[in-house]
Amino acid sequence: MPDKPKVPGLFKGLGVTLGILKDTVVDGANTVQYPHEKEAPPIRARGVIALHEGNCTACMLCARSCPDWCIYIEGHKQLAPPRRAGGKPRQVNHLDRFDIDYALCMYCGICVEVCPFDALFWSPEYEYSEPKIADLLHDKEKLGEWMETVPEAPELEAGAQKK
Amino acid sequence: MIQLAIEIPYWGQSLLRVLGGLVAVLLPAGAIVYLFLFKMMSFMQSRLGPMEAGPYGSLQLVAEVGKWMQKEDLAPDAADKSIFKIAPIVVLLSTFLLVVVIPFGPDALFTDFEVGIFYALAVASISVLGILIAGWASASKYSLLGGLRAAGQLIAYELPMVLAVIGVVIQAGTMNLQQIVVAQNTGEIFGWGGIGNPYIFTQFIGFLIFMIAVQAELTQAPFDMPIAESELVSGYMTEYSGFRFLIFFIAEFATAGVFALLASVLFLGGWGIPFDWFGWTTVDSVDNWMNIGGPLIMFTKMLVLTFIIMWVRFSFPRFREDQLQTFAWKVLIPLALANTAVTAIFKVVF
Repeated sequence: MPDKPKVPGLFKGLGVTLGILKDTVVDGANTVQYPHEKEAPPIRARGVIALHEGNCTACMLCARSCPDWCIYIEGHKQLAPPRRAGGKPRQVNHLDRFDIDYALCMYCGICVEVCPFDALFWSPEYEYSEPKIADLLHDKEKLGEWMETVPEAPELEAGAQKK
Repeated sequence: MIQLAIEIPYWGQSLLRVLGGLVAVLLPAGAIVYLFLFKMMSFMQSRLGPMEAGPYGSLQLVAEVGKWMQKEDLAPDAADKSIFKIAPIVVLLSTFLLVVVIPFGPDALFTDFEVGIFYALAVASISVLGILIAGWASASKYSLLGGLRAAGQLIAYELPMVLAVIGVVIQAGTMNLQQIVVAQNTGEIFGWGGIGNPYIFTQFIGFLIFMIAVQAELTQAPFDMPIAESELVSGYMTEYSGFRFLIFFIAEFATAGVFALLASVLFLGGWGIPFDWFGWTTVDSVDNWMNIGGPLIMFTKMLVLTFIIMWVRFSFPRFREDQLQTFAWKVLIPLALANTAVTAIFKVVF
């Protein structure tokens, strides 16, 4: 089979740009016009961190492991009723404040990884920009609202032990 | 020739010329920026470009100009203020001086200058002065390096440009741009005058050299070493903001348009259509409607040529500084000289 005549790279380059120009005009662009149409992010996208407040024990592991120190936790000890009748009242940590400053967060996800009680989750929600930077500090109510957008956890692999 | 019913006084003619000059400079600049810089570049990157301001983003330019006009007119503390401030105006001025000699129709011209092309190439180099003083007066190392690179590049590529034009001048036997247009449209190719004789056929090497030199004169990629953003921020424009940057920006694209107009006059037959078609013989016998049709033809040719300039700009990576100089001095200038010599020999022999 004879070799095809060699096209100089200069013309090849011009051909590439013209080809994409043609594709864009004929088939439309690869981008979307964002505020009018939206691309659905992948289901496991790292959009925002949601807090399941009931699971949190204010153990501070996430706050300590955060590279940016963008998690603020305050809690106090309080007594809870005993498990069994006649028992001693239990001591539990009550969560007073759980804030994540998204102006600082770099979406590394270490807090979600280290949480031993499944209190933090990734949500693919990404539209929470604010005109004022101070408003990017999400308190625990707002972080709790993100829980609705957290996708279902995937099925465990066969043979995996459920905690 | 136009016989007007009323006599326009001299000041009226001057006013019309100023208005015409503004249109001839700003309309191509706007068209190039919107059609090519905003839209074509976006399409070549598989995106749509500006879509919000006006239908298909057609008013984006108005928004951008409005944005630049409101910005603060900053000058660095150490800058040489007065020179710093006039530098962009000097650059834009050379564009306006350049458009003066370009004929748009049998009577639609600003001035019928006997040595038009000589003048055009002379005033085109005024922009080098503007760029050099912008680079010097900014008191910034990026600006200075950018200005020096621009000066070196623009002087290097002016030579092949001039030499490429000499071929056309030899063939047409005149430096008057209007006469060059007439010569192309009354010319014959081997005795056949069906399409006139646009010099792109006989002077194809000259045309190539001219367009490459234009690309370099405009500091468009691949010849954008003077404003190489990865090394020099923005070269000689680094310290400019607000409407002074806007003037640089307009000058860049207006000059692209004016050089494309010049190239279409020199190589593509200018405003004319082959005079044979309508039985015209000289420029005086051309029908009056060509004063409307001529500018439209020129505008179309300008768009085609700037399309090529921008297409090359969006396709190729930047030359290294030494490659850039080598290409000018060792390839383009000898080639242009050879082209001139061959043209001269053919002119004498035939």
